[in-house]
Amino acid sequence: MKLLSTLAATLFALAVWQAIVSLTGLPKFILPGPALVAETWWQSRWVIAEHTWITAVEVVIGLAVGTVLGVVTALQLANSRAARVLVQPMLVLTQALPVFALAPLLTLWLGYGLWSKVAMAVLIIYFPITSSFFDGLMRTPSGYLDLARTMQASKRAVLWHIRIPAALPSLASGMRLAAVYAPIGAVIGEWVGSSQGLGYLMLLANGRAKTDLMFAAMLTLGVFSIVLHMVVRHATARMAGEMR
Amino acid sequence: MTPAPDLTISGHASIGDTPLFAPLTLTLGAGQWTCLLGGSGVGKTTVLRLIAGLETGADFTGQIMASDGQTVPTRVAYMAQDDLLLPWATVAQNVSLGARLRGEKPDLDRRDRLIERMRLQDHMAKKPLELSGGQRQRVALARTLMEDRPIVLLDEPFSALDARTRADMQDLAAEALQGRTVLLVTHDPAEAARLGQSIVVMTQQGLNPCAPPAAPAPRHVDDLETLETQGALLKLLREAA
Repeated sequence: MKLLSTLAATLFALAVWQAIVSLTGLPKFILPGPALVAETWWQSRWVIAEHTWITAVEVVIGLAVGTVLGVVTALQLANSRAARVLVQPMLVLTQALPVFALAPLLTLWLGYGLWSKVAMAVLIIYFPITSSFFDGLMRTPSGYLDLARTMQASKRAVLWHIRIPAALPSLASGMRLAAVYAPIGAVIGEWVGSSQGLGYLMLLANGRAKTDLMFAAMLTLGVFSIVLHMVVRHATARMAGEMR
Repeated sequence: MTPAPDLTISGHASIGDTPLFAPLTLTLGAGQWTCLLGGSGVGKTTVLRLIAGLETGADFTGQIMASDGQTVPTRVAYMAQDDLLLPWATVAQNVSLGARLRGEKPDLDRRDRLIERMRLQDHMAKKPLELSGGQRQRVALARTLMEDRPIVLLDEPFSALDARTRADMQDLAAEALQGRTVLLVTHDPAEAARLGQSIVVMTQQGLNPCAPPAAPAPRHVDDLETLETQGALLKLLREAA
């Protein structure tokens, strides 16, 4: 049923797209039709695959590093008032600064290769991961903490046996958000300076008025992001269910 | 476990400038059930939380003393209206939670005996969500017994249960907690009349001790004197309001 409705929605979107192309008669370098994009995609499939692989590596490393950093930061914040006072404003700042503005700096510092894009992905997901897990850690049901107190639990044991497990669903929702954001970060990094990746391919195609290739690369990125989100969603399903 | 002591709390509490309860003295008899009965907002839960050493948000002036002179908060077990079972842990893990939180090795034989005593042996590996409300409260009771403390503080632990399950739980708890100094905070006159070996009604004005029925607790639900006491307690509560 779900598959059927997804299929119906996709077909509908394609039909609207085709209708706009047919009705307006726009030239194909402005708006290529779905058939042309599909054809280009098939012809350039190996090129697209190669660039997708590069972007995927950046995104996956970024996700992993960002998640670890976010989890560690959230634990530190939850554990120490001093850390909250000192670090929290900086955390908000990472979100307040436009990542577009930081991308050239990161390229300057980390070069044109993989790591400036990983850094972009990390930067963009660090806040949602940290803040969701931190919120979860600070919102432990007070009854559990009362009970633990009457049992003479140490602070460390409470964190390990109660606060972290109780915060896992929040971390899971942060990770699901991160899975959607991380590809955006990597692609922005590629736009600013790179020689490979889907972002680079889009920019290249755009510059040469190969709008059909640009569409093919963009749709590939979209599909990749959706698949990544589904994978992360599935991987965090148990975590999210812990508090059911 | 040290023998159950007498316990006395005396003093007054306020939140900011607003008094929460007037100066009072409450003594819990050693090895007895004391029922502290009162309406919402009279501060009965605060009294229990003060004894447990938990955060109350109120300023308390006074003292809490055990007759044997030893510290109180390290010798209490606590059971609340919410069963407070960890949803991600199994029944068995929940029962032995205290030991895990203290970094001790739980006595697994004792744990299994308690689970059996609470008739939960078929549910050991289940998660709390797979259990009924009554079963969950039995797990909470097993967890309380596992702590093996001389003082047991019960904060309306049966009030969310249906009438039949509540009566069953009252019987089970009365039997299982025999010989410990128990404070049961409740708003239910019937519960106080069934279980109290000492009954105290708490109102804005202070504490009113009431004579418990003569029959040994837990009393039958249809015991005449128990029903009369229930009526008298309810009357007291209504007059106080």
